[in-house]
Amino acid sequence: MIKVYVPRDSTALSLGADRTAKAIIAEAQKRGIEIELVRNGSRGLFWLEPFVEVGTNQGRVAFAPVQPKDVSGLFDADFLHAGAHPLNLGLTEELAWLKKQQRLTFARVGITDPVSLEDYLAHDGYKGLHNALKMSGADIVKTVTDSGLRGRGGAAFPTGIKWNTVLGAKGEQKYVVCNADEGDSGTYSDRMIMEDDPFVLIEGMTIAGIAVGATQGYIYLRSEYPHALKVLNETIGKAYVAGYLGDDVCGSGKAFHLEVRRAAGAYVCGEETSLLESLEGKRGLVRFKPPLPAIEGLFGKPTIVNNVISLATVPIILDKGAQYYADYGMGRSRGTLPIQLAGNIKQGGLVELAFGATLRELLYDFGGGSATGKPIRAVQVGGPLGAYLPESQFDTPLDYEEFTKIWAVLGHGGIVAFDDSVDMAKMARYAFEFCAIESCGKCTPCRIGSTRGVEVMDKITSGKEHANNIQVLRDLSDTMLNGSLCALGGMTPYPVMSALNHFGEDFGLKQTETAA
Amino acid sequence: MVTTLTAVDLEKIQAHITAHKDVPGALLPLLHAIQDDIGYIPEEAYPLMAKGLALSVAEVHGVVTFYHHFRTHPAGKHVLQVCRAESCQAMGSEKLEAHIKSILGIDFHQTTADGAITLEPVYCLGNCACSPAVLIDEELYGRVDSQKIDEIIQEARSSS
Repeated sequence: MIKVYVPRDSTALSLGADRTAKAIIAEAQKRGIEIELVRNGSRGLFWLEPFVEVGTNQGRVAFAPVQPKDVSGLFDADFLHAGAHPLNLGLTEELAWLKKQQRLTFARVGITDPVSLEDYLAHDGYKGLHNALKMSGADIVKTVTDSGLRGRGGAAFPTGIKWNTVLGAKGEQKYVVCNADEGDSGTYSDRMIMEDDPFVLIEGMTIAGIAVGATQGYIYLRSEYPHALKVLNETIGKAYVAGYLGDDVCGSGKAFHLEVRRAAGAYVCGEETSLLESLEGKRGLVRFKPPLPAIEGLFGKPTIVNNVISLATVPIILDKGAQYYADYGMGRSRGTLPIQLAGNIKQGGLVELAFGATLRELLYDFGGGSATGKPIRAVQVGGPLGAYLPESQFDTPLDYEEFTKIWAVLGHGGIVAFDDSVDMAKMARYAFEFCAIESCGKCTPCRIGSTRGVEVMDKITSGKEHANNIQVLRDLSDTMLNGSLCALGGMTPYPVMSALNHFGEDFGLKQTETAA
Repeated sequence: MVTTLTAVDLEKIQAHITAHKDVPGALLPLLHAIQDDIGYIPEEAYPLMAKGLALSVAEVHGVVTFYHHFRTHPAGKHVLQVCRAESCQAMGSEKLEAHIKSILGIDFHQTTADGAITLEPVYCLGNCACSPAVLIDEELYGRVDSQKIDEIIQEARSSS
C-alpha cells in the first residue's frame, strides 16, 4: 500500500497539517484509493510545512507546502506515483537543504513515526542501550567523555565529566533529570526531539541512569509544549510495556523509571538548580553552588541534569562509538549542533551541522536571507540572554570558543534574525523587561537591576541626561554581569551591551562614541 | 475569605490531594491537576493542600504565585496566549499584539466581558521558524497576521 506522510510536529500542525491530512484521507476515500497515512515527525524545513511525502520505489518524494485546497489537484496529477505538479519537489533525500546537513542527533527525525517503537527499532533505535548494558558504568561514562559531547543546553560543560561526578558520588538513590524547559526564544530543537523522536531521549536517559546507577528519571517539560507532553507520555508508556523502562531494563536486572513533570511557565526554571527546586515542589529559586547538583541535586541526592539534546545525542555515541562523534566539529567543540533558524528568515528550520559553519552560511545558504527581503541587520544567537551580532561578525564560525572571543554565546543554537526595521535600543529595553518578569528574586542585581535597566533605557531613548545615563547603563550591566547568582541576571547584559556597542546609533550615540 | 467553591469542586480538589499526597515533590503536579480539572487554583483550597502535603499555607501561596501558569481566578472559556519573545518581535508581533488587544477590548491578564477569551502573554512557544505564534487552549498557530487571528478568535467564540 502506498504510504503518505504528513507531519505531526507542532510547527506543521500550526500551519494546518491536520487539515491537510484529513483532506488527503477524504480524497483517497472518494476516489476509492487505498493509502496508508503516516503521521511522521518534521524534516525541519519549516517554511514548507505542511510537508507531505509519498513513498515510492525510488524513495520518498516531497510535495510542499500542501494545503487542503491543493489535495484534489495532487490526486489528479497522480502524486501517489510522484506525478508532475508545481508542488513536487522531487526526492526528499536529494533536497540540497537536507543533503548539506550532518544529522546525527536528528538522524531519524522526520523519517519515522515518532510514537512507533517498531519504527524506532527499525531505524537503529536502542542499539546504544544494548551496547551500554554490556559495559561497566565507568566505561559508558568514559565513552561519553571521549566523544567530547558538551552540554547542549547552553553552558557547554563536558557531559562525561558531569556524569563521572555522579558516578563517583555516594548515594543509595541517584537521579537523572532532563531539562526540557526550552524557554529561549528562537529555539525548538528540544521540542522537535520530544515530539518527533521521543524514544531517542528515553533511550539516552536510560543509558545515563544505567551508567551512574540512577534508577529514577524526570523530564521537566515546559507547560507551553502540550503536544510534546502527549507524545512523551504515550511513548514512555510503550517503553514500559516493551521492557525498555521499569525494574528490569531489557532483562539486565537494572532498574530505570521515567516520568514527565510539567513546568509552570517560569523561564528561570531552565537554570538547573531552580529547576530542581521546582521539581521538589517549591518556588523556582536559584540555589547557591556549591554543592553541585551532581553531588547534592534533586532531594539532596546525586543528580545528572542534562539538556534534551545532550541526552538525545548519547544513544548514537554509544551505538557508533566516541570517535565517530568526535570526528565531527572543530577545536574543543566536538560533534554536531542542531541549529535553529528563526525570526525574520525566509527559510527557517532545523539545520544540524558539525561545529565550524559560519553564521553567514546559515543565514544565507540555508536561511535564504530575511523573510521580508530586507537586509539582515542583526542576529541574536543563543536565546534572550545571547548577544546581538552585527553583519561584520557574520563570518564567525559556530564554535563555543570562537563565540566567547567576540563576547557572544552559542547557547542552545538558536539564531534569530532581524531585518533593518529593528530598533536595537528597544531590544535592549526588552532584555531588561524580560529579566524583570522572569527574575526569581533571590539576588539583588537581577531583581532590582532589571527594573532599573528598563528605567535607564527609557531615559536614554527620551534623551534625558543622555551621556550620564549611557554610563549608568554600562555600570548597571557590569554589576549584573559580575554580581548575579545565575545566568538570568548575569547574562542579561549580553543583549544589552552588544546592542549598545554594535548599534550605538539606535541609542542616540554618534559613530565616534560607539566603540567604548 | 468568601467561599465560592461548589461542593463538587471541593470534592474534586480533595480527590486530587489524596491522589498526590505520597508523590515526591507533589505540589506542582497537584496544582496542575487541580487547574486542569476546575480551571484555576482557588485560594480556599490552600489550607486543604497545605494539610494534605504537610506544608504551610504560606508555602502553597508562595508556589502558586511564583509560576506564571497558575491562576487563582477562573479564566474565560478559551485562553489565548500571544508570544512576545524576540523571534516573534522580529516578525511583527507587537503590531499583532496591539490588534488583538483592540479587537478584544482587553489588556493582557484580562478576560473579555462575554467571558469567552482570556488574553495572556507568553515567552516563546517553540514555533520560532514560523513567527509570530499564538496558542489558543492547546492549539498552536504560526505566521499569524491580523486576518488569521480574527478567524481564530471567531472560531473560538462560535465553538464555545
